[in-house]
Amino acid sequence: MLTFVGKRLVYVAPVAIGVSIVCFLLVHLAPGDPLSAILPVDATQETIEQMRAAYGFDKPLPVQYALWLWRVLQGDLGTSIATGRPVIGEVGRAVVNSLILASVATLIGFAFGTFFGFVAGYFRNSPLDRAASAIAVFGVSVPHYWLGMVMVIVFSATLGWLPPTGAGPDGSGNWRPDLAHLRHLILPAITMSVIPMGVIARTVRALVGDILSQDFVSALRAKGLGEFGVFRHVVKNAAPTALAVMGLQLGYLLGGSILIETVFAWPGTGFLLNAAIFQRDLPLLQGSILVLAMFFVLLNLAVDILQTALDPRIERG
Amino acid sequence: MSAPVQTASLTAPALPAAAAPAPAPAFERSPGYWGHVGRKLLRDPVAIGAGLVILTIVAVAILSPWITPMDPYRGSMLRRLRPIGDPTYILGSDELGRDMLSRLMVAGRLSLFMGVTPVILAFLIGSAIGIVAGYVGGWLNTILMRTIDVFFAFPSVLLAIALSGALGAGIFNAIVSLTCVFVPQIARVAESVTTQIRQRDYVDAARLSGASSFTIVRVQVLGNVLGPIFVYATSLISVSMILASGLSFLGLGVKPPEPEWGLMLNTLRTAIYVNPLVAALPGLAIFLVSISFNLFSDGLRSAMEVKE
Amino acid sequence: MTPALDPRDRGGPGQPLVSVRGLVKHFPIKKGLGRARAVVQAVDGIDFDILKGETLGVVGESGCGKSTTARLLMGLIPHDRGDLLFDGEAIGGRDLPLRDFRRQAQMVFQDSYSSLNPRMTIEASISFGPRVHGTPARRAIEEARALLARVGLEPARFAGRYPHELSGGQRQRVNIARALALNPRLVVLDEAVSALDKSVEAQVLNLLLDLKEEFGLTYLFISHDLNVVRFICDRVAVMYLGRVVEIGPAEAVLGAPAHPYTAALLASMPSLDPDRRTEEPPLAGDPPNPIDPPSGCRFHPRCAWGEPVCAKEDPALADIGPHHAVACLARQPGAAHSRAPLLEREAA
Repeated sequence: MLTFVGKRLVYVAPVAIGVSIVCFLLVHLAPGDPLSAILPVDATQETIEQMRAAYGFDKPLPVQYALWLWRVLQGDLGTSIATGRPVIGEVGRAVVNSLILASVATLIGFAFGTFFGFVAGYFRNSPLDRAASAIAVFGVSVPHYWLGMVMVIVFSATLGWLPPTGAGPDGSGNWRPDLAHLRHLILPAITMSVIPMGVIARTVRALVGDILSQDFVSALRAKGLGEFGVFRHVVKNAAPTALAVMGLQLGYLLGGSILIETVFAWPGTGFLLNAAIFQRDLPLLQGSILVLAMFFVLLNLAVDILQTALDPRIERG
Repeated sequence: MSAPVQTASLTAPALPAAAAPAPAPAFERSPGYWGHVGRKLLRDPVAIGAGLVILTIVAVAILSPWITPMDPYRGSMLRRLRPIGDPTYILGSDELGRDMLSRLMVAGRLSLFMGVTPVILAFLIGSAIGIVAGYVGGWLNTILMRTIDVFFAFPSVLLAIALSGALGAGIFNAIVSLTCVFVPQIARVAESVTTQIRQRDYVDAARLSGASSFTIVRVQVLGNVLGPIFVYATSLISVSMILASGLSFLGLGVKPPEPEWGLMLNTLRTAIYVNPLVAALPGLAIFLVSISFNLFSDGLRSAMEVKE
Repeated sequence: MTPALDPRDRGGPGQPLVSVRGLVKHFPIKKGLGRARAVVQAVDGIDFDILKGETLGVVGESGCGKSTTARLLMGLIPHDRGDLLFDGEAIGGRDLPLRDFRRQAQMVFQDSYSSLNPRMTIEASISFGPRVHGTPARRAIEEARALLARVGLEPARFAGRYPHELSGGQRQRVNIARALALNPRLVVLDEAVSALDKSVEAQVLNLLLDLKEEFGLTYLFISHDLNVVRFICDRVAVMYLGRVVEIGPAEAVLGAPAHPYTAALLASMPSLDPDRRTEEPPLAGDPPNPIDPPSGCRFHPRCAWGEPVCAKEDPALADIGPHHAVACLARQPGAAHSRAPLLEREAA
């Protein structure tokens, strides 16, 4: 097991380096000078040169990358051009908010997804299966930002049950576990949960169908095991994969929440990214994407290790 | 067998001089793999329905400049946000008093173009990368696939937004970003399919016949790998449509006043308290196309699971 | 037509068509983080000749290196060490580039289905090789149909079909036709009839014998079925864990086996003939792991004649009769094995 963890770590390291290179190059992908956003329009050539030197933009790319990576490893993601505050702090606050939303959404999606998946897999090719599968297809096909709008239209604009935007009543960026904040969480979380629900339902349906068609299930039934006993065996066999898919979905939601966070004005990373893009705040853009991608890489690693630990069938060699 | 066996008069190929031109007899022809797939697909009502929806929407979008009931660009401040069922505006009017039906029809052009083009480009580029990596194998495979792994470390929405955020708004940049998102995914599928096919004995038999790698890939490998890659690519169109309109929704794609479903959805957000049904229409269009492509892709996938 | 009349013949009938000398192939397998490497000794130093116009059988249990030998010979996988000569010229060398060699040597694989492209019609598969070598498409198709007729498949019915519409036996006939399409001198048959039903197998074997006569072919016939080998082969090589342990005329090797492994293989063969029952013990257990083969004679842990000396000394192939060689200490004059014949000098 330890050697397996070691192997995964060795495999992840080059990917992490690659991710950092992509994030570093993002700034250089941008048209025009990376400094143009903060330079005054009438800056003299001399000022521009000074600024370039100050930010290290006069050095060759590999040197810039090494310097940048060195600062990143020390926790310095640069300074936001728009606010003048360190990027790491801005991203940190946003990540917490996004994590709350994404986790709740994943849990909801997992609960409904496994339920629909189990029903569909257990009663393969029945009307129940078709209904559950239709819900799954809906989940992966619906534009979630539109679904968010529809939710707002129905539950806020028309029925007036729930607040349409923001994370809390005072518009503050800090989420607290009280009723008012919870009410703000409901709509975005349910909207967001539709994607993992569809994916998990499809996975679980295939898993359950697969397991039920295996010989050992017939053997269990033949030896007189009741349906509940069979169900327990199916759960035990489907759990590792289903949990792994859930873990990955959490990562996707965290990185892909920008559209939903925009619809609901949720003060998370997606909202931050949106602001960074439109204020051409490249350090903030770079920093948020690096943090999110690294989180995703580590989550993948954790899921991989956890799945191997749970599932005796996977070889650890 | 009613047909005369003309080949009985031929001798072995060691003496090819005997292979005189002969009248073509009634040779039996099999429909082939794609014939079987086509027949199976035609028996799948869901796939046919989805296909028809796609065809209709594509046809309407292409023909829209000639068939829209009203000018999709000309608005009227006096007739803003008319409801659905209005005598003049069948599907209502938008926040600038423009006819929703006409705009939805024209918007299909850009939305479909921006959703489908990245998948086509990624299909071409990703297939090429994946097939080369899978067929050549060895260190080239390692380098290509490890590079691809880096892009898998980004959730696709994040990667699309990061790239188009850095490149800046615009149709071209949005298509480039989305292509970059899908190339690694298609390349990975292409690589794994090609690696499997490469181990088949008929590829070895082709090598034994002295054919060059290029000829083997062209004649023996392509026909067997393009099908599965194509099915995978069709399943990406749905995601691509949602992402492309999503970019416009964020203001990273199409710029106003050009109609595009995602952008329309964004500009109508202010209208959800006044006329919610009209505001939701462009999203419904995206959803319809997206789910149709998903259902069609599912049907194609199961139709291709025929015995070979 | 005899092989000597073939215009491509260079060395005359006395020169072996194929000479294999000291052929070695070790497959590296990654362990751990790709540092510590182990090797599978798939083929570990083998020598044999294939004479012009003969059928040489190669037998052995699965995993003994039979198929690897065939693939090495055909250049499908590169060999580590050793010499491969075709009619006196090094395969892949200056005088015989791989592409030229492959016009003269073709192969039929075991899996009749996997060896045909499922997306190509039968005639397209057969005509692929000739077209690669410049035959015009039309003529290649006509020749392919003629070949189909020759292997017993009516062209009008089968030429336009796809592999999955054929039975295993029919597909293997197609594979034979494809191999013949390039008019080769050597055909390697790698378990070519093993997957077929017994009745179909007999038909295909007879077809192979007819074709050999008609086209003046030489066969390398790889099989694990000793009955089939006895039927079709002139000479037999017995392989065990990457080595040839016995080689000689079929009637000698299979009639009076000199190596205990050959004897054990024959003994484990089901026979209804009480006269053919032997007193030799049947083969027990699985072959050892080729990653870490036994020391000395590789067969000694399973050998009924195993003695301590067998774990120390690695026997080489040595002649024991006309064209009959065996690698066993018990057959080597002067060896330390208790059954070893005495050297003539000592006997005298």
